[in-house]
Amino acid sequence: MTSAAMDSIVAPLLSVAPTRALVDEMFTVRVENLPPCQHFTLHSLHLSEDNDYWEAFGHYTSNHKGTVVPQDYTKGGTYTGKEPMGLLWSLRPVPGSRKGLRLRKMNVCSPLLYTISVYSGHLVVGFRAQAPLASALAERWYMAPGVQRISIKEKAVRGTMFFPPGTEWPLPWTLGYYFGPGEMETTEMKSNYFETAFNIVKDHPRVISNKVGIVGLSLGATVAFYLATESKVVKPCCCVCINGHHFNPSGKHLFDLSYDSFKMHVRKLSAYWIDCFEYQESIIIIYLNFWQMGKINCPMLLVCGEDDQNVPAVEVADDIERMVRAAGKDRLLTRLNYPGAGHLIEVPYAPHFRVTAFMQAKEQKVMIVWGGQTKPHSDAQEDSWQKILDYLQLHLYSCPSLASKL
Amino acid sequence: MDHQYCEVKLSVQPCRALVDEKFKVLVQKAPPGAQLTVRSHHHSENKHEWEAFGHYICDSTGALNLSEDLSLGGTYEGVEPMGLLWSLRPVPGSKPGLRLRKMNVETPMEVTVSVYQGHLSEDFSEQRALAAVVVERWYMAPGVRRIPVTEHGLTATLFLPPGPGRFPAVLDLWGGGGNLMEYRASLLASHGFAALVLDYLTNELTKTTGKMMENDYFEVAFKFLEQHPQIVGSRIAMWGLSFGTAMTLKMAVYSNVIKLRCAVCYSGSHIQPVDGSVKDIKEYMGKKRENIRVTENQEVIFRDLTLPVPKDPAFKVDMGRLQCPLQVVVGLDDQSWPAYESAMDMKVMMEEAGNSHLLTLLTYPHTGHLIEPPYSPYVRTSILRPFPGGVSFKVLWGGETAAHSRAQEDAWRKTLLFLREHLYDMRNSAVTSKSNL
Repeated sequence: MTSAAMDSIVAPLLSVAPTRALVDEMFTVRVENLPPCQHFTLHSLHLSEDNDYWEAFGHYTSNHKGTVVPQDYTKGGTYTGKEPMGLLWSLRPVPGSRKGLRLRKMNVCSPLLYTISVYSGHLVVGFRAQAPLASALAERWYMAPGVQRISIKEKAVRGTMFFPPGTEWPLPWTLGYYFGPGEMETTEMKSNYFETAFNIVKDHPRVISNKVGIVGLSLGATVAFYLATESKVVKPCCCVCINGHHFNPSGKHLFDLSYDSFKMHVRKLSAYWIDCFEYQESIIIIYLNFWQMGKINCPMLLVCGEDDQNVPAVEVADDIERMVRAAGKDRLLTRLNYPGAGHLIEVPYAPHFRVTAFMQAKEQKVMIVWGGQTKPHSDAQEDSWQKILDYLQLHLYSCPSLASKL
Repeated sequence: MDHQYCEVKLSVQPCRALVDEKFKVLVQKAPPGAQLTVRSHHHSENKHEWEAFGHYICDSTGALNLSEDLSLGGTYEGVEPMGLLWSLRPVPGSKPGLRLRKMNVETPMEVTVSVYQGHLSEDFSEQRALAAVVVERWYMAPGVRRIPVTEHGLTATLFLPPGPGRFPAVLDLWGGGGNLMEYRASLLASHGFAALVLDYLTNELTKTTGKMMENDYFEVAFKFLEQHPQIVGSRIAMWGLSFGTAMTLKMAVYSNVIKLRCAVCYSGSHIQPVDGSVKDIKEYMGKKRENIRVTENQEVIFRDLTLPVPKDPAFKVDMGRLQCPLQVVVGLDDQSWPAYESAMDMKVMMEEAGNSHLLTLLTYPHTGHLIEPPYSPYVRTSILRPFPGGVSFKVLWGGETAAHSRAQEDAWRKTLLFLREHLYDMRNSAVTSKSNL
């Protein structure tokens, strides 16, 4: 090619639509003006709040017009097949990263930033060592414009309330108990902590007091089971429980149980919970008491990852179903099972983590196996989120007489 | 606790978008067959309030879809999914002659969309909305870089798309109101074109020396782009509006330095002293002040200033010498410049010279002078403050709201396709006609 012709070469046109979206919305990536019928790699790069780099990529061939779109079939990369959102859900730490990383946004008032690029050839490593042919930036937001975020520090309860934008009408509410083992203080938390939190929400002037639901993941789901069955103080309108257990240790209050007492009973806590199956059996043997799930009086949605390696989600859900049926209340219970999904069923397009590190009490770092295979786990996140939103819409916005099993 | 609450759901998707992107507005769970008003409200940067609204009837399921349902009244009528934006107007009681223009392109325009019971036309602040959402409308995509340029005496801002480049570029010229209006250039960069918006009337050099810029000022701006490491020097276009069209045509035809890949001219004319620059064009117009008309509402009409189209070639750009593709966009109700008469004359000149294949002419009925990016609120008149000083006056721009807004949407899309075709060599087979005359 002549020098004049080289001077006239312009970059391919890479566009992302929409460039700004909520994290549960889809986007489309399009690259145009490429040489036709050649190999290219689409790549996404994200720098986390913890300063770790995460990436995903797919291998494509441009068509005769010189265009590549991720709806095309990809045979290689961190995802395969026709996967328009693969550049997000298959994100993983770049080679050489610290072990056991987990991606979680702490500041929800700012967006996640992804650099989407196109490279020549089918690359697997070395993306940062060479210049892409073109790139674009996509913003993914956890908050819509106008949503108000208010920190709560009241009666020893710490939390955050998020108000939808606009109107002054009171609103139905969802109380989210989201934490996993080790993420709260391991000093014993009394069960009335959660009842106090529930009442702070219920009594708020902008909240419809008989329309407060609970969404809980992991230990948060356990809290929801406790409140729905045992609490004399709170009456949730509905509950969404993701991969929780219903074990009630020795009949004591919920947070007289701490993880120290778990460890006392566990034979061995190894660096990887490869003995997790043994561990689960040991829990089942030791804890003969369970929350009496037949006592629920509100609709409850159970979300189970069938490959959950942290909590025996399927066995727990089977047991809960048995108890609820025995009490003649199966119309209240809805269950969603996801084969191949692990413990951490998060919002759509969030990366999947099979194993991550966390700090146990007293600075003991362990690697926890959460389970799941990436593709089925990501499908579970996408499917369950919409069903959870529909479930909350049904039970928090509609009249009781219209509520029915999904 | 008051258990009375409202089930009505309102969604606007997407909640964050570029200003030239459409949104979908949906209402659900209203009482079946209810009369509803959907309203948009915006607080401008200079603290004025703008609003638009449509009167609807929802269906038997209590749903409303602004992409399918008819507005029966309000600031717009018919099936108009974007009417809540393009029909925005100052709220009653506002200062007269306002115009909505975004000065800071790094922040979004925030619009609150609300639903009210009944068909309301006023006193919205005294009603309780059934539901409301906030949407952000952006002039800049994430990753676009905004770079003020003051080298070589220029007063300009460069917008670069994200990525390594290299990019084609557009030199963006606005009209006689002056100032550095960045929003078109930032949008172009959001679509993959580097863009340099140039202030040539109220720029620093003119303000400090009192002298208007000569033609070499524009050539310096062009060279700045041509030599930029992330710009392909052989793929530069110029886009002028109003007075900016006059300079674009002059440079495209006569400059030995400026070699354009293509040019875009909105709402302007080729009528000017060809041997001269900004000052000479202004003086030429100044000599014909008797042609200015004023309406009974004290609105000034400038369009006759340079009419009739002169026969003397010294007073119109020799379009037969143009060597690059040119897209000319004309509002047939332009009350500020004789854009239609000029376009007709340019067409004849080019047909006689044999280069009319370079010309794409788009004319829009009932469309005024200020053909802006899509969904920008339309104004028929606004106050103009002359530079360097003098009494403000009201200018008549022309056009009718709905037709003008459709023209903005269509012209923008066609201009982006034109730029993609000539600056990126990307031909879109859907656009083959050269003129819609």
